[in-house]
Amino acid sequence: MTYTMWIILTASLVSVACSIVGVLLVLRKMAMISDAISHTVLLGLVSAFLITQSLDGLAMFIGAAIAGILTAVFIQLLNSAGVQADAAIGIVFTFLFAIGVILVSMFARDVHLDVEHSIMGELAFIPWTTVDWLGIEGVPQAVWMISIVLVINIILLFVFYKEFKLSSFDPHLAAALGIPVVFLHYLLMGMTSITAVASFDAVGAILVVAMIIAPPATAYLLTEQLGKMFIYSAIIAVLSAISGYYFAAMLDTNIAGMMATMTGLFFLAAFLFSPTHGVVIKKIRNRFTTYSNDEA
Amino acid sequence: MLDLLANPNTQWVLVGTMLLGITSGVLGSFALLRRQSLLGDAMSHAALPGICIAFIIVGSKEMLPLIIGAGITAYIGTYLIQAFVKHSRIKTDTAIGLVLSVFFGIGIVLLTYINRNATGNQSGLNEFIFGQAAAMVRSDVNLFVIAAIALLTITFLLFKEFKIITFDREFAQGLGLPTVFINGLLMTMIVASVVIGLQAVGVVLMAAMLIAPAITAKYWTDRLDVMVILSGVVGGLSGLLGTLISAPISGMPTGPLIIVSSCSLFFLSLIFAPKKGLLTKAIRLMRLRKSTSQNQVMQGIYEFIEETGRNTLTLDDLISVQPLSGLRLQQTIKRLQKRNWLQRSTETYQFTDKGIKEAHQITLNQRMLQMYSMHEMQFAHLPMEKNNWDFLSLPNSEQQPLFELLSKHELFPSVLQERTEDR
Repeated sequence: MTYTMWIILTASLVSVACSIVGVLLVLRKMAMISDAISHTVLLGLVSAFLITQSLDGLAMFIGAAIAGILTAVFIQLLNSAGVQADAAIGIVFTFLFAIGVILVSMFARDVHLDVEHSIMGELAFIPWTTVDWLGIEGVPQAVWMISIVLVINIILLFVFYKEFKLSSFDPHLAAALGIPVVFLHYLLMGMTSITAVASFDAVGAILVVAMIIAPPATAYLLTEQLGKMFIYSAIIAVLSAISGYYFAAMLDTNIAGMMATMTGLFFLAAFLFSPTHGVVIKKIRNRFTTYSNDEA
Repeated sequence: MLDLLANPNTQWVLVGTMLLGITSGVLGSFALLRRQSLLGDAMSHAALPGICIAFIIVGSKEMLPLIIGAGITAYIGTYLIQAFVKHSRIKTDTAIGLVLSVFFGIGIVLLTYINRNATGNQSGLNEFIFGQAAAMVRSDVNLFVIAAIALLTITFLLFKEFKIITFDREFAQGLGLPTVFINGLLMTMIVASVVIGLQAVGVVLMAAMLIAPAITAKYWTDRLDVMVILSGVVGGLSGLLGTLISAPISGMPTGPLIIVSSCSLFFLSLIFAPKKGLLTKAIRLMRLRKSTSQNQVMQGIYEFIEETGRNTLTLDDLISVQPLSGLRLQQTIKRLQKRNWLQRSTETYQFTDKGIKEAHQITLNQRMLQMYSMHEMQFAHLPMEKNNWDFLSLPNSEQQPLFELLSKHELFPSVLQERTEDR
């Protein structure tokens, strides 16, 4: 595998894993939770480092996943204490992120825990840290991590597909039918957390948010079926990853940022030209209908 | 500490952060009440590409052009969010997250491009991402002072209009106010307050400057004018605290400390605020529980006497006449004994003279409530909810129909009947 291929592979795996949780989050109107979780992952990483005093991958992973789920719990707590939803999200993640930044600058300034890196990501370094596992050699650590998370996401999605579907579209009916809605909520939060953590090191917090929200939002404008929405958003995510890489290479700039930009362009295209929901298409169709009405 | 305060650099930073806190606190109140708190997050992220583009055009790190650039893209981002929501089935939260991450992605692309191609003047635009209050210089602060005064003055002058449009846009339209203009102006002012805060607090954390002071203030008052002022005070105070704590420690970032200060003020209010705080609510709930269980036991005993004519109850009788759980019943009995309403003689319990009078009042009130609920239409004029459902304090003329109903249904408390008929 060449250097370029590894980067594209990592980015594609990240984007598919993100788009799976993204579809569910977008449909449940919880997209901003992913923004919150991807930011607080930093606090989890720092705390794990301060407790174990090492940059061991597993400890970091667990720490960050715990931070992610705690974020969801705190938001829920504030919400039930009467704080309006948007403010609850805004206050929890900024608070936890600020603490993360403070801890980094107090205790971990010399360590490989660069705050800027955590936000912007640096895909270019991915192929250089490799881990041999299961007799397969020379595979980057990030690829291992995100592959495992992707497999977990896919399995959970297949196992709970019907439950997720019903509780996303009609939570009250789902609850009435005895589907464990609260369990599903926290399961999804857990999936979002591990996806954010695994993607975090590779692509940074912001691209995680872009990949979680933009491809599913684009797919949402293209289809009316949940199954297709998953497939479309995965395809759009991979396309953004590949095109983003080449544009970034062309302009010699940040790869993750370029991929996020591409997801935005794909969304804009769907917003304007989607056959069913596009603004321009709708306008043209309206004109045709008015003409035919005039003739009639 | 005093040495630091005497340092002119620290003074400028202090003035700058306090001003930012005040303006974002004041305008954040409106954003919060319009449920647009997270819009501030999107605005601040969307400002990043503008800063970069302005830098590419101007070629230097001059504050004014950067702020104007930031404002323009932040405004575009805000507009796009509203357009996505209005013209497609995309929901607000998705639109905000999308604009936020994509604009930030564009910003990172431009920033990396600038850093790799920076000619001579190493730009250091990175500080806009996490903020660097310590880098504020006198000319920056001058700019902030002008901007802050302008924003606060407009808020003061148009307070009534902003108030109406925040709470009831249709009513504002009905009054003939130019709602589109006022709405746009308010939005522009929120964008402005976000943009001038970027240098100190940074893109990532700016949202908290809008949200935290406003929601803190909301815990202390129900009035918009008080809330706006309080929110400004909280914002200014957090700016002050954050700067003072970070100044003596080298390498300590000011922005995150400002955020932590304002969030801490919020958490304190969440717990301790009078009326709305969690602690006050918990205490109120506990008191209510106590008095309810007390009333239940008293009424239970009273009705037992009424039915059986026996003045003494065994513990089993007591358990059967009221719905409380074992532990709570024990506590309540102890409390009643302490108040000298209930007496215990070896195996049995009985009312004291004081206790039976009290039980009579409680039962009477409870039964009047029953009558009231059965004939609610007839008594709709009584402000019972405000009176805490206290029927005994009503004037006699209002009580009379309730008494008549009680007699009709033979529900008048009968153990102490003679005494009440004396009244």
